[in-house]
Parts: sequence; C-alpha cells; structure tokens
Amino acid sequence: MSLKIKQDHNRFKQIVRGRIKSNLRKYLQKGEMIGKKGKDMISIPVPTIDIPHFRFGHKQQGGVGQGDGEVGTVLAPGNVQPGPGQAGEGEGEHQLEMDISLEELAAILGEELALPRIQPKGKERIFTQRIKYTGINTTGPESLRHFKRTYKQALRRQIASGSYNADAPVIIPTREDRRYRSWKLENLPQSNAVIIYMMDVSGSMGDEQKEIVRIESFWIDTWLRSQYKGLECRYVIHDAVAREVDRETFFHTRESGGTMISSAYKLCRDIIKADYPSSAWNIYPFHFSDGDNWSADDTRVCVELLKNDVLPASNLFSYGQVESPYGSGQFIKDLREAVGEAENVALSEIADKDAIYQSIKDFLGRGK
Amino acid sequence: MSLPPRLNDIKHEVEGYAREFGLDFFETIFEVLSYDEMNMVAAYGGFPSRYPHWRFGMEYEQLAKGYEYGLSKIYEMVINNDPCYAYLMEANAEVDQKLVMAHVYGHCDFFKNNFSFEKTHRKMMDEMANHATRVRRWIDRIGLDLVEDFIDRGLSLENLIDYFSPYIQRRPTPKQEAEEQQEQQVHGFKVEREYMQGFVNPKEYLEAQRKKIEDEKARAKRFPERPERDVLLFLLEHAPLERWEFDLLSIIREEAYYFAPQGQTKIMNEGWASYWHSTIMTQRALRDSEIIDYADHHSGTLGTRPGSVNPYKLGIELFRHIEDRWNKGRFGKEFDECDDLRERRAWDRKLGLGRQKIFEVRRHYNDVTFIDEFLTMDFALEQKLFVYGFNEKRNVWEIADREFKAVKEKLLHQLTNFGQPIIEVVDGNFENRAELCLAHKHDGTDLKMDYAHDTLRNVQTMWKRPVNLITKVDGKGVILRFDGKDHSEKKIDL
Repeated sequence: MSLKIKQDHNRFKQIVRGRIKSNLRKYLQKGEMIGKKGKDMISIPVPTIDIPHFRFGHKQQGGVGQGDGEVGTVLAPGNVQPGPGQAGEGEGEHQLEMDISLEELAAILGEELALPRIQPKGKERIFTQRIKYTGINTTGPESLRHFKRTYKQALRRQIASGSYNADAPVIIPTREDRRYRSWKLENLPQSNAVIIYMMDVSGSMGDEQKEIVRIESFWIDTWLRSQYKGLECRYVIHDAVAREVDRETFFHTRESGGTMISSAYKLCRDIIKADYPSSAWNIYPFHFSDGDNWSADDTRVCVELLKNDVLPASNLFSYGQVESPYGSGQFIKDLREAVGEAENVALSEIADKDAIYQSIKDFLGRGK
Repeated sequence: MSLPPRLNDIKHEVEGYAREFGLDFFETIFEVLSYDEMNMVAAYGGFPSRYPHWRFGMEYEQLAKGYEYGLSKIYEMVINNDPCYAYLMEANAEVDQKLVMAHVYGHCDFFKNNFSFEKTHRKMMDEMANHATRVRRWIDRIGLDLVEDFIDRGLSLENLIDYFSPYIQRRPTPKQEAEEQQEQQVHGFKVEREYMQGFVNPKEYLEAQRKKIEDEKARAKRFPERPERDVLLFLLEHAPLERWEFDLLSIIREEAYYFAPQGQTKIMNEGWASYWHSTIMTQRALRDSEIIDYADHHSGTLGTRPGSVNPYKLGIELFRHIEDRWNKGRFGKEFDECDDLRERRAWDRKLGLGRQKIFEVRRHYNDVTFIDEFLTMDFALEQKLFVYGFNEKRNVWEIADREFKAVKEKLLHQLTNFGQPIIEVVDGNFENRAELCLAHKHDGTDLKMDYAHDTLRNVQTMWKRPVNLITKVDGKGVILRFDGKDHSEKKIDL
C-alpha cells in the first residue's frame, strides 16, 4: 500500500504555508505569538485551519471531570478539554501548532515580501577550520578511545574464540580491540555578518514603540540569519549618552532624558573599528528612534559620522523612525536630505504595528 | 493481506472466547499495518479509500507527530461494516494484539446489535470508495480548487443534521397528508341525541377545534412546514445548487449520518469493548508471562485526567456497576425506597441477572439514555465525578460542583446533540424575500460568535440569498445576518 495520504498531507502543508503567507501581516503584528522553541525551531499556532461550525462558546460551558479535589481546586491548564472532551464527538478546541524551522520561516518571509537574496560583499573569503569526527580508527590517542566500540569488538572476539563465559561475563579488550574516533579538519567558507541594533530609549519612547522595535528586529534577525552563516548581534541603547548592552536589557530598558543620537553613532563607529573590519564583515547598523534629536548641531555631527565612518563600512545602514506622541520626528527629514541619496541607506517611517510589514520591505528589499 | 499464522491462531482463540461469552458479531477481518499506514488509515477515519481532502492530511500530520514524539499511539481501529474490518499495529507485542482483538470483538458485537447502528450502511467500505470516485470525477471535471473549497464549506455544516431522523418519521407520508386534508370540517364528538350536543361538544371546544384546523392550514403555507433540523437536507432540496455541488453535499451528509451513531454511543461502545477485553483477557486469554504488560496497557487506556471524562473508563465502570446491581437485585421499588444505609450496602438478592441485563442495555440504549437511566448517586460518588467551570475572577478552570444532580445534568447536557447547539431551519422565505432563517434553540450557552459568523457565511454560499440566524447573546435575542457581503446584527425580542 503506497501512502496515498501523502497527497493530502502535502496539500495540507501547502495550505498551512499559504495560510501563513496570507496571514503574515497578522503574525508580524503579534510578535508574542512567535515563541522561540528549542534551538532554532519556533512554533506557530495555526488556528485558522479549523473548519468553523456552529458551536458553543467554551468559557460558559465547563464540563464533567473525574478525580480528587475540593470544590475550588484549580485544574492544571493542560488538563482541561473544554466541551464534550472525548465523550461525544467533541474535537475540543484544538489549536494546531506547526513547528517550522527559522530557516523555513525566513524562506516564507522572503517569498512573501519578495526580498532579494543578499549578495555578501567582498571577494575575500574567510575560511574557518572546523574539526569533524568522521569515523572510527584502530589507532589514535587514548583520550579519543571509543569505549562502546572497543567493548563490542572485544566481546565479538571473545565469543568467536570461545573464551566468553556467560556465567562470568568478563570482557578484556586487547590492543587490537581498541577503537578510536578519527577526525578531519574541514575548511568552511564563511561570510560573516553583524547587526548593530541601536535604539533610542529616551523618555519619549514608550512601551508600544519598543514593542514595534522588538517585533521588527525579530524579523530582521530571522531574515539575515537565513542569509549568513555566522551572524553576530550587538545592541546599543542611547539617550543623551550611548552604551552597549545585552539583548535582554536592550528590549526592556526604559530610560528618560534627552536624546543625543550622535552618541550612538559614535559608539557604533567604535564597535565597527574595534571588532569588525569591513573587508571581512557584512555590517548592518539598524537604528530606531522617534526622531526627536536634541539639537540641529547634534544632527550635523550625526551626518558627519555617517558619511565618514559608518556608511563606508556598512552594507546597509537602516534608520527606522517610530511614531510617538511626543517629538517632532525631524531627524528622518534631516537624514533624507543629507544621505538619502546614498545607495546603502534605508530610511523608513513606522507609524504603527501595521506598518512594520512595509518597513521590513524598505529595509531589506534591496538585497544589500 | 492475510494474517500471519501466529496472529491467525490468536484470532481463532480469542474469537472462540468471544463466542463462548455470547458476543454476536459480523465476520471480522483483521489487517496488519505498519505505523504510518495505521496513521494514514486512522486519518481517513478508518477507510483507506476515502476521497482526497487536506483535512485527512492534517489528521495524519497530528497522528504522525504524536507517534514520532511518543505522545500517542493507536492500538486499535475497527470499522462498522459487514464484514467488520479491524486494524492491528504491526509493531505491537503479542499480548497487545490479543487485547486489541478481544476489544475489537466487543465493538463488533456492539455495532451489530446496538439499535443506533441499525440504519447505518453496512457496506460503507464500498460506499466510501464510491464517494471517492465521485469526488475524483468532479475534481477532474471542474478542478481541485472549486471542489475542495466547496467541501470545506460543506464540512462546516456537517453537524447540521437531524441525528434521530433515521429512527423516526418526521414528515407525514403523502397518504397521511391526503387524510389530513380531508378532515377540514369540525365534527366534534358523535352525539346520539340532539339535545346533548351543547354538553358533549360545547361551543368553546368546537371553537378550539376550528382554530386548530386553521393553524394547521396556516402552517401548511409556511416553508418549511415544521422547523427542519436536517439543515443539509433542506439545502439539498431547496437551495439552488449546481449538480456537482448537490452531489458533494449529499456525500458529506451521508457520511455525517454514518458516523453519527459512533458519536452517540462513544461511552457505551468503548465501555462495552473494554468490559469484554478485560473479561476475555483476565478470565481466558491471558498467560502468566503477559500479565504485567496487560495490566500496564489496560490501565493506560482507562486512565483519567481531572479535566475530562474518559469514555473507556466511564463506560466500563458503568457496565460493571449495572452488572453488579442486577446480580444483587439492587433495583426496583423496594431497593429505591430503602433508606437504611447499612441494609442497602449489604443488599444482595443473589439474582445473578447482571450479564443478561448488560446485554440488554447494550442493545437498547445510547449514551444519553444510558447515563440518564443508570448513572446513580452511588456511582457518581464512587467515581468521584465533578463539574468544572471557568472562574472569570481567577482566570482559571476549577472544580465547581460535586453535587450529583449538577454532575448528571452537565454530563447529559454535554451528550445531548453531541454537546453542540441545536440549529434548525425555521423559514425558507424569511420576510418574504427568499432569505433563509435558521434558529438556534438557546439552552443557556451562547454560540461562539466568530465561528457562528463564518459558518453563516458558508450557509449563505449555498443558499445564495441572504441568511439569518436567530440566537441569544448575553440573554438578549439577536438576529445575525449575512447578505453575501456584510455581517449585520439586529436585536429582537424572543
């Protein structure tokens, strides 16, 4: 019997992918729905696949259960199967979760947003060497002795030679029985990339603005990760002064105070200089702010920094301006004037969560 | 594929025990499947030759994942058909195969003898294959996308059937109708003496009779005459469907009716099969070396979780409870009226009617009547049944009640109409605009609104004209309407 279900299965997978595609905006808006699970799998609930029926709203309904406990005892969440449960027909409310790997997700993202694949810059390829265990050898250092294989070999020899006694199963490996893991050195071509996230955390950036930054950086991260093998991320926050922080802090700090964007660009320049020679690295600075810089002087300093240091080193410099109830949002206009013509600059205004979609396109749509 | 000799021997052995205990079943054909074949057949609802549809692929995905991650495993599957088909998992140990076979014979006996299955198609294996051919033919002729899309919408309405219509006659036959037509005049009772007329047939009575006839006439003008619970049938008969649409919808309806009794007897069916696998295994088939594995798997199937009722467990316990009661004569007026707890506990008339009684029960009951009649207070206490509900304040599910009455009511409510809302067609010419009007018989629980909207939309695509649904939201009457473009809502008094 060949499995004819495969046809239906593929159809289903296509639909799920299709559903993800047509609902991508929704997922982009609800960053929380995307939970990183394990190392690089995420799970996306796909509730829309449920064929709608006339049915009861569950919360009013409750049900019958079986077991110990006083009235008022809380049932563990996984234990509740609302509705008829298994009795009766009841499918309960099943939420289908499709596990898709980040790579797959990136592919979907790329397809949906029509993102071009990125051409890594620089002809020089960097090679890294990696040790890979490839097999088993009869010689090698004792530290790599493969105990199980050695034991098996000894056992096999003893059984074959008749010296194995099941009642007193003593196995003594001889020199010839020993097995060692063997390895190879592999040269891996590598294109390295670094994202430098910069965020304005001055008083005018509220939680909603930060949420937008968080969601957008998730998607940028996902996409660039699919394009580069080794991707590093650096995080910079700034108000009037800039400092480098870890990821956790980056998304959760709320500071107050004025805004000196130049401080962030300075730090960005320093990071690049110190760690990422532009000949070997693909560099992606992303800056998010509400665009309310302290002074025109500071803006001038910013432009200088960009022109002289940051832009020449970067593949793409992206600036996303999040709309906030405060602030003039002048900065993006200034940038547009000063460096808007440069081909490795992407500027985008993000009005609300819905605009993230377009903004990602602005940033990544150039194949840089 | 015929059974390997070893399994064939076991089959004959177990079948012998089953017959010895008085089980009565169709010929049963066992097939051995590998795990992915098993998942596939299970995804198809037991019928390897079903029509293509993505939801089977979805089921397969879930089953396959569940199996691969070791979360769930299908032991057994059995199809209501003559001959009965049952599937065995290739990788199962011998003791499992034995257990499964014993369990399967329980199901087969139930399929053959329970009244709910009397009207089901016993050659469904063939019928499903025919359905698949029909669907494929339409796919070839008009394209996969159209067909699939229509099936999606049809499935969304598959629960809108009249679950009891196979057993009763809802509509008058043409002959009955003709008779009704004749009885137009008011006769009153026959009176021998003229002067008694006013006493035997007082004016009010004659008036009431006249009114009844008039109502009857008015009803005849209504469309449908009586509220029609088989919404699918109503659509088939009256909606402007294309031929292919008609064909697909009738396939969906037929399959829904075929599967319905299995839903209506889930607790009984599983309980009965579990009762018999446990009886056959422990009293006949089990070898000493197998006992631990058997006990492990048996308890696995009967395990309970606080937030749901396990039909296997509830069913088998209730059958045993009944058997015990009838063995000891714990029924009837005398027992019911006995207030002395000690006497009740020691009650034993040594009637030995248990076996006979449960065979009788398996023939004449379905889950609703089974629970209604036999779930006693003693049983509910013994099984620690409770009602749970959602606590809005604490935002958690919690145990809400342990009162017997509440438990039984809730359980029955869940089982009535499969715990689904009752929806019927009340007007096919609503407001004289050829709109369809459905009514939800509200019994205290509101509909899930987003689903209701989407489903209504699907009804509209069949009916073509606007459709309405009368229901209640938060205790207030509402008409939901979908006109093909927009949803709207209107408050009404109910």
